[in-house]
Amino acid sequence: NSLLLITYKMPLLQPPPAKYGGRHTVTLIPGDGIGPELLNHVREVFRFSCVPVDFEVVHVNSAVETEDDINNAITAIRRNGVALKGNIETKHTMAPSVKSRNNLLRTSLDLYANVMHCQSLPGVQTRHKNIDIMIIRENTEGEYSSLEHESVSGVVESLKIITRNNSLRIADYAFKLAREKGRRRVTAVHKANIMKLGDGLFLQCCREVASGYPDITFDSMIVDNTTMQLVSKPQQFDVMVMPNLYGNVVSNVCAGLVGGPGLVPGANYGHVYAVFETATRNTGKSIANRNIANPTAMLLASCMMLDHLKLYDHASSIRNAILNTMNETRLHTADIGGQGTTSEVVQTIMRFIQSKGQLTSEY
Amino acid sequence: MAAGSAWRSMLSQVVGGAVRRPALSSFSRGMQTVTLIPGDGIGPEISSAVMKIFETAKAPIRWEERNVTAIKGPGGRWMIPPDAKESMDKSKIGLKGPLKTPIAAGHPSMNLLLRKTFDLYANVRPCISIEGYKTPYTDVNLVTIRENTEGEYSGIEHVIVDGVVQSIKLITEDASRRIAEYAFEYARNNQRNSVTAVHKANIMRMSDGLFLRKCREVAENYKDIKFTEMYLDTVCLNMVQDPTQFDVLVMPNLYGDILSDLCAGLIGGLGVTPSGNIGANGVAIFESVHGTAPDIAGLDLANPTALLLSAVMMLRHMGLHDYGNKIQTACFDTIRDKKVLTKDLGGNSKCSEFTADICRRIQDLD
Repeated sequence: NSLLLITYKMPLLQPPPAKYGGRHTVTLIPGDGIGPELLNHVREVFRFSCVPVDFEVVHVNSAVETEDDINNAITAIRRNGVALKGNIETKHTMAPSVKSRNNLLRTSLDLYANVMHCQSLPGVQTRHKNIDIMIIRENTEGEYSSLEHESVSGVVESLKIITRNNSLRIADYAFKLAREKGRRRVTAVHKANIMKLGDGLFLQCCREVASGYPDITFDSMIVDNTTMQLVSKPQQFDVMVMPNLYGNVVSNVCAGLVGGPGLVPGANYGHVYAVFETATRNTGKSIANRNIANPTAMLLASCMMLDHLKLYDHASSIRNAILNTMNETRLHTADIGGQGTTSEVVQTIMRFIQSKGQLTSEY
Repeated sequence: MAAGSAWRSMLSQVVGGAVRRPALSSFSRGMQTVTLIPGDGIGPEISSAVMKIFETAKAPIRWEERNVTAIKGPGGRWMIPPDAKESMDKSKIGLKGPLKTPIAAGHPSMNLLLRKTFDLYANVRPCISIEGYKTPYTDVNLVTIRENTEGEYSGIEHVIVDGVVQSIKLITEDASRRIAEYAFEYARNNQRNSVTAVHKANIMRMSDGLFLRKCREVAENYKDIKFTEMYLDTVCLNMVQDPTQFDVLVMPNLYGDILSDLCAGLIGGLGVTPSGNIGANGVAIFESVHGTAPDIAGLDLANPTALLLSAVMMLRHMGLHDYGNKIQTACFDTIRDKKVLTKDLGGNSKCSEFTADICRRIQDLD
């Protein structure tokens, strides 16, 4: 029912209200594992480059059962409008009623679109080249509804919810973004041959929205075939839109294809709020505090955030420095086959920014 | 070459101990009956290719061809034809070509029916790089074991209110335990070192949590096998970067569907991937997992490799290792030689030419 679409204003995301004296305030959630150290590096680079952003740090303790911490974080994000976060661990030893904090954050703030842009980087060795895929994943419902019950002992039911509203919303986001970025084709990924009603509804909504964008080709592909195609011929894909779980699989496959979790930034957009993080949301416990994590993904995420805040010059400057370090200087961390430490990479990035003659502070 | 011999030993192990041997009365002295379901589309031609190759190899198999197009039984329930069921119950072993899933025929997919009829609870797909068929990934050597009866494919969906649909994912203790036990048994019988449970228990706390708990419990009884757990997204991420780190993977239905196809993609696609379905009561049905390819049906262009390799899996399951080895060697030599390849493998020969080449090699091997 496309009348419903009219009542949905697709607002141009305005920069958030928390802007005083020309400086923005952004909520920062360190999270667990490599989150804290990577975010410290972001702060270091911002401070060095005199970026007019102040961070309000909110800690979320993943070891406690109460939801006070995450609620505080959510309130802070409502106040500031924008956040940068590390992944918060979900401990299996706790009761099933303790839900994933990351998921709570996404659903409470209605961050319905998870956007990830996977591009082959010339400086990184991968099996496949020339990949340029935008993945738009529905971020609030589907298999991540956290609705489960044990009706009979030993039998657990988990509900996957697909709604018309959210499917239309995400499809619309995908097509709008495709048009904005000059992309030619949108592919919907689904399993409607098995989940006829659920994924069938999603697919139908995508088709409806597609009819309003005749300049963009629309097709669909079943998720298992999609993964097979991705590992053999990933260059065939342009923009992909899908429900939550398939988005999880496809985004991780694509991140792996372009070089791994340390390279790709991710963004979660809602109508009002935006939260930026690494695309594959890894906690990275095994590499935490060893100065070996790749800072690229988080730094690029912070650049996406700067674009969102309309601080385009700062975003470009930092992004160019990162890409230069990656592709020209070729200083790589271990995950992409190099021997550099995290701090070495960050310092090289800062030196490059300084060399471009912009205003920087002492370092 | 390492990959080739790994493949050989792998395949010989794959089904060797994978199933508790059923009571094989007519076994290994005379001919063993196998129910053959040619299937639709290219099914009949690749089935006859396999039969021809088996005949050349003089394998002691008597094929009983059956059709499994669903019919309506008493009480209005869809079921497979009784003669097909009877044949499978007696022979316990089946080889199946691709079946088309009807869109509006009113009955469920045949694959689903077969699964339900014989309680085919485990889908086993060994994915091993084929020497001579180049893909960006070399040295892949892993096995995906997928729970095949429940999970996201329960088929239970409702429209709650207009515009809101709910699909139910079902995880039960019994099915989870059964598949975990199968995975560990398999690993033990095939000299595999580790079993990894793939899940998303951070999001689906109760359902995947239950699956994981059962895997952990079963792992206690198999201390000789290393047990690890990994999130589905981490597996996907690592799989496309370095598939050599994986050994045996066990998982619920949907993740299994996606991952087994992902792994098939790593080694070259569904046209070269074998698959076996293990059921309760010693039933095992081996199948090619590609589609019916209606566009090339009847044109002698199809590639019989997938069905042939599944048939080899079947031979090893039945203890007929020598025949299995011979046929497999001939098949791989043909592919490695690159002279008579079907279109999907990069050549432009016909199916009959490909088959004839394999037959010739088998005769030469004798």
